[in-house]
Amino acid sequence: MAAPDPIMTAKRIPITKAEVLPPIIDLKPLNWFFDVNRAMSLWPITFGLACCAIEMMSVSMARFDIARFGAEVFRPSARQADLMMVTGTVSKKMAPALVRLYEQMPAPKYVMAVGNCAISGGPFKFDNQYGIIEGVDNLVPVDVYVPGCPPRPEAILEGVFAIQEKILGVRFWPKAEEIPSPKAEPKPEKA
Amino acid sequence: MELSLLSFVQIIIACLLIIGLMVGNAVIMVYIERKAAGFIQRRPGPYEVGPRGTIQAICDAMKLLGKQLFIPGNVDWALYFLAPVLAFLPVLVLFLPIPFGKYLTTLQVDDGILLILAFAGLGVISNILAGWASNNKYGLLGAARAVAQSVAYEIPMIMALLAVVFLTGSLNLTAIVERQGTWPWEWNIAYQPLACFIYFVSLVGETNRAPFDLPEAESELTAGFHTEYSGMGFALFFLSEYANMLLVSFVCATFFLGGYRGPILDGFWWTFIKAYAVMCVIVWLRWTFPRVRFDQLLNINWKWLLPLSILNLWVTAIIIKFID
Repeated sequence: MAAPDPIMTAKRIPITKAEVLPPIIDLKPLNWFFDVNRAMSLWPITFGLACCAIEMMSVSMARFDIARFGAEVFRPSARQADLMMVTGTVSKKMAPALVRLYEQMPAPKYVMAVGNCAISGGPFKFDNQYGIIEGVDNLVPVDVYVPGCPPRPEAILEGVFAIQEKILGVRFWPKAEEIPSPKAEPKPEKA
Repeated sequence: MELSLLSFVQIIIACLLIIGLMVGNAVIMVYIERKAAGFIQRRPGPYEVGPRGTIQAICDAMKLLGKQLFIPGNVDWALYFLAPVLAFLPVLVLFLPIPFGKYLTTLQVDDGILLILAFAGLGVISNILAGWASNNKYGLLGAARAVAQSVAYEIPMIMALLAVVFLTGSLNLTAIVERQGTWPWEWNIAYQPLACFIYFVSLVGETNRAPFDLPEAESELTAGFHTEYSGMGFALFFLSEYANMLLVSFVCATFFLGGYRGPILDGFWWTFIKAYAVMCVIVWLRWTFPRVRFDQLLNINWKWLLPLSILNLWVTAIIIKFID
């Protein structure tokens, strides 16, 4: 498990258990309206740990372009972010910082474990290893797991869709296998 | 100007319209900015949310509205809540003397530009308060940078505007527009190209936009003065940033680009076309240039813009003296 965070355990900030109160206004259409908006603007936090972060950068650039779905606003401050992509190996040294960033994010927040290291430790899981957290779900609750080593940018996009589906219960975009592929033309053979 | 009931009602209606303009402007500009970022980086930008991504900005605003209200530990909560509101309020006053059309001015005052320059300084106070109250070292550093930058860039800005005021002989914005002709070569940009350039550079510095966005530089200060703000506090800072951009663009259009006068048909549409053209150039700049270092930022100002603007003012004064 993670080393105890010296700042969180210090006496000057009391750690209180959050009490979930029932919502004051609980109207179904209103909740649905806000959920749609939350799903359509998932702002990720600028936070990468290892090589999967390169794929995260790639997914925000040309060709894959996460901006099409409104999720390209990488916020530097955790206070303004909704989505934490844990991209890469979580070492025990990094774990307190990760937990702290998660706790700094305000309430409707989602975590995506990207890559095998973040899911289960990946290639770093062996007997007597001492430096790696085996799965980020030991630290923070994870909404969506995106497997791969590293996953393709399309897989990260699919992870974003999965979070949107988790928020709304509806998938907005067609699945890749449902799109009829254009008929492949036979390649002209080289003379 | 006598304060009658009619003028009071007129100002109230104008303020409501200005609030509508600010909100609509923020929604449109967020979309334009993200689209422009996409096109400059050869990707489509927001595309799927609404037809071609047009309701993306509204979704973002609604999401920010639905975020958790959050007070970090050890903040000065009165100032913490006051700062975003204070960033938003002076902008209302700033739009009062802007002549959108010939008779479309909220408040016809003789020293309109003085009013704008006086109240524009209030914007930086909200940045200081935000940085100070949020009890965060990055916030405080961002606030300190905002002060140094705003104070520095206000001086060449005033000097550049003063050159135009010399040319016109009036501080009234409507008089400044009236003096300019209808064709582009009769506008003040043709008579004062250097002043226009200096004003443009300092308006980018004054509104904390890239390449001069040092107060919120992501790579060194997490998010600058609004690091600790989430949800609506952050949204209000964003709104006021876009409103300030709109204001300086309107001042630029009024002073240098002929305001509501255009080649074909005079009217408020020309003001809006010119102001939004300036805005688009600011967005274009943001996605083109890398961020400058802080010493470079201040060196550009104190070693180049200020001497140049003083020289420009001096030459203008001499020419006016000898020609008139």
